[in-house]
Amino acid sequence: MKNNQKYSSVEDLPEASVASVSTVYIKTGSWRVYRPEIDKEKCIKCFICWRCCPDISIGIDEEGYPKINYDYCKGCGICSHECPNEAIKMKREGK
Amino acid sequence: MVKKIMTGNLAAAWGAKISRAEVIAAYPITPQTIIVEKLAKFISDGELKAEYLRVESEHSAMAACIAASQTGARTFTATSSQGLALMHELLHWASGARTPIVMANVNRALAPPWNIWADHTDMMSQRDTGWIQFYAESNQEVLDTIINCYKLCEDRAIQLPAMVGLDAFYLSHTSEIVDIPDQDIADKFLPPYKAFYPLDVEHPLSVGSLAMPHQWYSEFRYKIYKSMEKVIPKLNKIEKEFNKEFGRNYTGPLDLYQVEDAEIILVAVGTVAGTVKDTVDYLRSKGLKVGVIRLRLFRPFPSEELIKALKNASFVGVLDRSFSFGNEGQIFSELKASLYQTNRDPLIKDFIVGIGGRDITTDTVKKIYENCQKCLKNKKIDQEIEWTNIKV
Repeated sequence: MKNNQKYSSVEDLPEASVASVSTVYIKTGSWRVYRPEIDKEKCIKCFICWRCCPDISIGIDEEGYPKINYDYCKGCGICSHECPNEAIKMKREGK
Repeated sequence: MVKKIMTGNLAAAWGAKISRAEVIAAYPITPQTIIVEKLAKFISDGELKAEYLRVESEHSAMAACIAASQTGARTFTATSSQGLALMHELLHWASGARTPIVMANVNRALAPPWNIWADHTDMMSQRDTGWIQFYAESNQEVLDTIINCYKLCEDRAIQLPAMVGLDAFYLSHTSEIVDIPDQDIADKFLPPYKAFYPLDVEHPLSVGSLAMPHQWYSEFRYKIYKSMEKVIPKLNKIEKEFNKEFGRNYTGPLDLYQVEDAEIILVAVGTVAGTVKDTVDYLRSKGLKVGVIRLRLFRPFPSEELIKALKNASFVGVLDRSFSFGNEGQIFSELKASLYQTNRDPLIKDFIVGIGGRDITTDTVKKIYENCQKCLKNKKIDQEIEWTNIKV
């Protein structure tokens, strides 16, 4: 089965909307208006943000801090709201 | 082949058993509950090898059926009325995901006021969900249609779900003699289901994920449209094969009774057709040229077949056991739309009957035929929509 971005006609498509790849190629980060930024001074590495992220867009960096994947983060702000130490600030994109 | 006396509900359960359904996810609702109770009993008695999932709602029942079907299991459920309405969102998902789920729906009215009796509003309201829709006239037809539905729905060219409607109480709780097909012949007729894109941890797939406007969403919908076009020819072929194996002849989307030379034809759905056929016999004995078409299939709508069957009729009366408020009976609307593309222009009138299980007797049908005759004589209908037997 092909990546369904590579189909060329309706005949080529499977009947059901299935794909052998995930939706990683759909970079929904472009939908974002507010960008979460982590202040490492304040972060206590509790990973509540990681647990609450509805888009699985938070990973871990080399120093063990949470790391936001801006390719997919839609900027919902849940991480910022849930952070017990106010270490995540939402900043307007493009500013 | 074994003959048993059974209700329509038991016939539906036997249909799923003979088809060797592998996953049954269901939630009870009157007057359907006996179907899934019987299936639970088949499983607990070791007569049917299937997974029975007790879920917390009809919405969950359909969600579980979709997932089970996507793993490649033959899947069955049953519901009625409010339960079918609660499934609505997932009905779209089932057809969109191309899962060949078969469901029995006991046709019952919607509340308020509470009413558990026969009415087609429940299934008519699901017209646009992408499901194939059958309406049965007898318990035998319920059983046989479920088997045929699996063969139809699992076909590579179709891959769509189907619901089989049986009128509350008239079929669901009324006993008739039913032939149970031999399991070994049924197994040959309906081999095990094999999903074309099964969920399998060894070969991961993403299913039903995002399709942006510029991607393939329109095309997936277009493919459902094309598959629906293939349903009627495929059904005719399957029913021919069914007749060869089991000796019962079904006639595709329509069941025609005395229509060839009929001046007045009634179009009906479900059990009322039996009463109409009896009335036709009586009126024919008095020399009247009357007939009836029973619509077995409502989705896809058999426009071409109907136009052909109505070619000699001067008057068409539609019996709708449901109503689209703000417009007219659903079958009436669709039949008129089909006739518009032809040069045929018979007089046509909508009779709203049997709402909420009100009895439709031979006297009711005789009155309807008399009214049709009067309108035909005057070359004009008295009113386009008549709510028959309303206490005014």
